[in-house]
Amino acid sequence: MSNIGSYEGKYTSFHWKQTEDELQYGKNGMYNIGYYCSDYLCEKGFGNKQALIWEGFTGEVKNFTYDDLRIFSNTIAKFLQDNEVNVGDRVCLFMDKIPELYIGFIGILKMGGIAQPLFSAFGEEALFTRLDDAKTKVIITQKKHLGKVRRIKDKLPGLTKIIVVDADQSSLKVNEIHFSMEKAKQVDKYDIVNADPEMPSVLHYTSGTTGKPKGAQHVHASIIAQYITSKWVLDLRPDDVYWCTADPGWVTGTSYGIIGPWVNGVTQVILDAGFGTEKWYAFIQKYKVTMWYSAPTAIRMLMKEGLDVVKKYDLSSLRHLASVGEPLNAEAVIWSEKAFGRPFYDTYWQTETGAIVITNFPGLKIKPGSMGKPFPGIIATVLNPKTFEPITTAGTVGLIALKPGWPSMMRAYWNNKETYDSKFKNGWYVCGDRSSIDDDGYFWFVGRDDDVINTAGHLVGPFEIESALIEHEAVAEAAAIGKPDPVNMEVVKAFIALKPGFEENDDLELDIINFIRKRLSPLAMPQEVEFVPSLPKTRSGKIMRRLLRAREWGEEIGDISTLEND
Amino acid sequence: MSEEVKKMIIDYVKKEYLEEDSTMEINEDTKIISSGIVDSFSMVSLKMFLEKKFSIKIPDDKATPEAFDSANNIIHLLKEYTTI
Repeated sequence: MSNIGSYEGKYTSFHWKQTEDELQYGKNGMYNIGYYCSDYLCEKGFGNKQALIWEGFTGEVKNFTYDDLRIFSNTIAKFLQDNEVNVGDRVCLFMDKIPELYIGFIGILKMGGIAQPLFSAFGEEALFTRLDDAKTKVIITQKKHLGKVRRIKDKLPGLTKIIVVDADQSSLKVNEIHFSMEKAKQVDKYDIVNADPEMPSVLHYTSGTTGKPKGAQHVHASIIAQYITSKWVLDLRPDDVYWCTADPGWVTGTSYGIIGPWVNGVTQVILDAGFGTEKWYAFIQKYKVTMWYSAPTAIRMLMKEGLDVVKKYDLSSLRHLASVGEPLNAEAVIWSEKAFGRPFYDTYWQTETGAIVITNFPGLKIKPGSMGKPFPGIIATVLNPKTFEPITTAGTVGLIALKPGWPSMMRAYWNNKETYDSKFKNGWYVCGDRSSIDDDGYFWFVGRDDDVINTAGHLVGPFEIESALIEHEAVAEAAAIGKPDPVNMEVVKAFIALKPGFEENDDLELDIINFIRKRLSPLAMPQEVEFVPSLPKTRSGKIMRRLLRAREWGEEIGDISTLEND
Repeated sequence: MSEEVKKMIIDYVKKEYLEEDSTMEINEDTKIISSGIVDSFSMVSLKMFLEKKFSIKIPDDKATPEAFDSANNIIHLLKEYTTI
């Protein structure tokens, strides 16, 4: 029997207040996520239970109980406070998947800071854009990423301290501080900031079609949704060994790689190593993982390696599987049933929604390829793209929209009210994705409603890539689109017109590709460059990405009456 | 010949994927994918470098993280398509 029991019954009777009561949210006036992920569990008798088992790429293993989590997060919170970090200050976590990242997140929240996790593979331009926008006060990083921070710090006057978790103080410069979580004087008692439920907690940056990346700002009350979705969708139980493969630089890695499992008192395992099929299967076997939350790209990479390799490992511990980031194709669902004896349950949500909103549930029939149904407490529909009225005819494609008001919904885009307001139409939050709903109420994903590229489950903004491309000495103008990819759903393809004096060749193509990888990130790196004499533009000079994308996908080109040159 | 190619691969990884001031040592057995030096996305750029350098095409199903996980593994892979 799954935790949720009857989906239909729960959907009709659910109210968020029930979850608040179950979680004792507001116990003794406390609303802080940091408290509910550590001290609260210790008070409930979980202190000696494993909270985190971490394994590095060399095979090194570290174990942390819930009491360790409580004390180490206290220690980090106190350290930040002693270093003049105040309530509401943004503290960036820029690290690989090491324990300090997970426990540091809790520490920041405990002292009232706003945690700003950023993907450690970001290049210096991507890092600068996000730190500059958030006016981040402190960054916590590792020696291996310090070079990127040093190269941009002079352009960030608000960045007062750089905390390095693994470097000797003697190797550091002014305003750089060494801090060892495990060697620092441990803080057993700490006055956790008594957060208001609406107090800002986390700032996650996400990309859009135009402009700079936007900081989706969440609040402490998000834990209500993260708690119950982890319990009912991921079906987390106290004796589970849970593995979320997402990096906390992205929202899945915090909502379901930190908050969800820990508020549910589950033991989670983390592998800080690059992808490897056998490495992953061996990891599941070694730790007897019971619940595995991963991504379609990873699943398709596993599929490429076939079923024989699966049989080399004992994966019988697996009880429940789920997937997030992009639509899970029917083939992957069917393959996982053959490989693991159970399907991956596709879940749909976004950085902005903070928690799962439309999903497949344990106990509810899966229609392979479908997104599933709305989570209890979530009112979801598809809207007519012109009138923004709900579509009532089954099978008609429209814009996925949610009725505002669930606890984990973003409360703002940081310093960007105009864009935030533009996400709401006719009383609905519009997700930016298109789908249809069938006669049984299942949602079926169709695609994005904009030019944002979804690569391996991560959204990449074409504008950010194009802006970086034209900084390359050889590039006169550029356009970036998503092209179909069997593993990553989409990968970035760049169309480039060169400046006079430059000629296309293999070396230049590779140089441009690496230029973007280093400035932005490996995800934003074009996997293909097409050199063109010029780019199609409207008469007002705007590059027609739509046209390039339609040609790439073999779709109807549509109206080109505004095309300047063709 | 393979020694020269090994050195070329190691030099390229150091130049393109490590920070300028990195003191990390890389040898022919260093795990470059599973250690995170080169992530699975960036592996595409390493594959492209090798394909352009040797004028070959490495099929996607052969370009696995394991096949690219060290200079020695890459040499083993290249031997299928070149005479190094």
